[in-house]
Amino acid sequence: MPDTPNGVPLLSVDDLAVSFFTRRGVVQAVRGASFSLDRGQTLGLVGESGSGKSVTSRAVTGLIDLPGRIVGGDIRWKGKSLLGKEGQAYSDRIRGKEIAIIFQDPMTSLNPLMKVGDQIGEVLSHHLGMSRSAAEKRAVELLDLVGISFPRQRVTQYPYEFSGGMNQRVAIAMALASEPELLIADEPTTALDVTIQAQILELVQQLQADLGLAVLLITHDLGVVAGLCQRLAVMYAGRIVETGKAEEIYGDPGHPYAWGLIGSTPRLDVVVPKLVSIAGAPPDLINPPPGCAYAPRCELAVEMCVQVSPELIEHLPNRKVACHRAFDIRTVGAPVAGAG
Amino acid sequence: MLPSPERADAEPLLRVEGLTVHFPVGRSGFWGRQKQVLHAVDGVSFDIKRGETLGLVGESGSGKSTTGRAILRKVPITAGRIVFGGQDITHVQGEDLRQLRRHMQLVFQDPFGSLNPRMRVLDIVSEPLIVHGLEPDIEACSDRVLELLEIVGLPKDAAVRYPHSFSGGQRQRIVIARALALRPDLIIADEPVSALDVSIQAQIVNLLADLQDEFGLTYLFIAHDLSVVRHLSDRIAVMYSGKLVELSDRDAIYDRPTHPYTEALLSAVPIPDPILQRERRRVPLTGEIPNPISPPPGCRFHTRCPIVEDRCRSEEPPLEDKGAGNVAACWFR
Repeated sequence: MPDTPNGVPLLSVDDLAVSFFTRRGVVQAVRGASFSLDRGQTLGLVGESGSGKSVTSRAVTGLIDLPGRIVGGDIRWKGKSLLGKEGQAYSDRIRGKEIAIIFQDPMTSLNPLMKVGDQIGEVLSHHLGMSRSAAEKRAVELLDLVGISFPRQRVTQYPYEFSGGMNQRVAIAMALASEPELLIADEPTTALDVTIQAQILELVQQLQADLGLAVLLITHDLGVVAGLCQRLAVMYAGRIVETGKAEEIYGDPGHPYAWGLIGSTPRLDVVVPKLVSIAGAPPDLINPPPGCAYAPRCELAVEMCVQVSPELIEHLPNRKVACHRAFDIRTVGAPVAGAG
Repeated sequence: MLPSPERADAEPLLRVEGLTVHFPVGRSGFWGRQKQVLHAVDGVSFDIKRGETLGLVGESGSGKSTTGRAILRKVPITAGRIVFGGQDITHVQGEDLRQLRRHMQLVFQDPFGSLNPRMRVLDIVSEPLIVHGLEPDIEACSDRVLELLEIVGLPKDAAVRYPHSFSGGQRQRIVIARALALRPDLIIADEPVSALDVSIQAQIVNLLADLQDEFGLTYLFIAHDLSVVRHLSDRIAVMYSGKLVELSDRDAIYDRPTHPYTEALLSAVPIPDPILQRERRRVPLTGEIPNPISPPPGCRFHTRCPIVEDRCRSEEPPLEDKGAGNVAACWFR
C-alpha cells in the first residue's frame, strides 16, 4: 500500500463548491463543504434531500457531469489534488481502484447482460491486471467474502437471478475487488427491507474492520449511521453545519438543525408524546439566503443569523458547529427524552 | 351475521375475518392443467376499534398493502369477511359500494402520483364532495375546501395553485385534505410518510396524530418503518408471507416480541443512538421469504425460524393470546 505522509489525511475536502447550471438558474448544490477522513475511519455524511451530501460524494469520485461543475475548493487524496488538469488524470487512475463507490440501487453499477463473475473479473483485470483464470478464481472468493452462498455456481448467474439485497452484495464485492482504501456508500440500504438492511450494514462494518477500509457513508437515516460511523458530518442546504464524534452529536447536538433532525426521527426504543417538527422546508439553492440557510426555520434565530452566514468553528474539542448560537439549543432540552 | 358476545356494545369499526386474497398468475403442469395462484393474503383476522390506530407492518411481499386494498374492496376477495360498522361489506356492489367508500379513505405513499397535475388544489379537494353530492352549492364547497386546507396546515392561496408548485410534504397534506373532505370514519394510510424526508415526515406524523384527536379518526397505518409505526399505533399487527404472525399492544410488542419473526424484525431496526446501537445484538435471519406461489406447509416462517421444530413444518399455529397484551401465532412461545 502506498504510504501517506504523516499528518496528511487520506481524503480531505476543503471548501468544496459544486454548482449546477440549469435553465432556471445556477443551483449552488454544495456551498463550501470541508471535511477529512483518515485511513480506516468511518464518517457518516447525513442530510435530507437536497442537502448536497450525494453531490459531495460524487465530486470526490469525479462523477459530476454537466450541467454540474466543481466551482471552488479542493479535494485531495493522500495530499494530491483530484481537481484541475493534472488532478483529473490522477482521479481517473484512482477512481474505482483506491476509491470505490456503491449506490442505493445496485443496478446502477451492475450490467444486466453480464454474468456477475465476469463483471467482477473486469474490475480485477482492469485495475489489478489479473489474468482471466486468476480473476475467475478471485471473483468466487469475493462473492464468498460478501456472504453469497454457493459462490462457485453464483458467478455464472446474471443480476436478474439475484434479489435486491443479493445484488447489493455483488455490488459490494465488485467495489472491493480492486482492494480500495476508501469505500463510499451512497444510501446503500435505502431500497432494502429492514432485515436485509441490517445484513448489509453488518457486512460493511465487518469488512471495514477486517480490511481496514475507510468508509464514507452517505445517508438520510440517523439509525443507519449510528451503528456504523465513528464520526458524523451533518449537511444542510449545501453546507456542513456540524461535525464530531457520533455519540457526542446524538447526545448533545450543537446546531439547532442537528437537534431538530434527531428529535424528528421516531425511535423504536423510546416513545415521545410528540416528534420535534421542523417547520417549513429547506431554501431554494438558486437564491440561497445571505445568512444562515437554516435561520428561516430556526427557533433560536436572531438578527445576525439572517445577515451573516456562520463559519464552521471548533466550539468544543473535535466538535465543529456552524452556528452563531452554537449549543444554545441545550436550553430547549435534549432532542429525545432519555437519550444522551 | 355471526352472533358474538362483544357485538352489542363494543362493536369494532372494522372487523376482518379470515381474509384471503389469491391472485391467479398463470398455469403450470401438463398442458397447463394446474392453475397457479399467488397467496398474497391468507386467512388474516383482526379488528379495529373506533378511534384506534392499528399499525400493519411487514417487509415487501408480506401482503400488508393487499390487506389494505382488500378492505377498501379494491381487489377481489377470495375468502373471508369484512365487517365495517356492523355491516358485512365483503360482497357489496354498485351504488352501495360507492356509498361505502365515503366512509373509508386511502392515503398513498407517493404524493406525486396521487394528485392530478392538471387540476388545481381547489378542484382536487372538492372533487370527492361533488362526486358524492355533499356540497351542491359551489360557494359552500369552496369554503369547505379552504377550511380543509387550513386544517392540514396549508396556506389559503394553495387552493388556486397546481400540485407541481408544492413540495412532497405539502402534497401529502393535499392528499390528506382530500381524504378528510368526506368526513370518513376510517383512513387507510399505506406508507404515507415513507417518501418524505425525516423533518417533513415528523410534520405529517404529528398532523395525522392531531387529526385523530380532533376528529376521532380511526387509522389502519400500513408501513415498513417500525419506528414510525410504534410512534403512532395503539396496537401493531405483523405480517409475514401473507399471514398475520403477531398482533399485540404497542408497548408489549416492542418490550416482549413474542413471535420469532417479530423478534428478528425488531432487532434489525437501527436505533438512532450510537452507544445503544453498537451494543445491540441482532437475531440473525437466514434464507429468503418463501415463494408466495407455493408457500410452505405449517408455519410460513418455519424455513427461517431459529427455534423451529417438527410440529412447525406440518401444523399451522393459530393466532392466540399469550398474555400481557401479546397475541401471536407460534407453537413454542
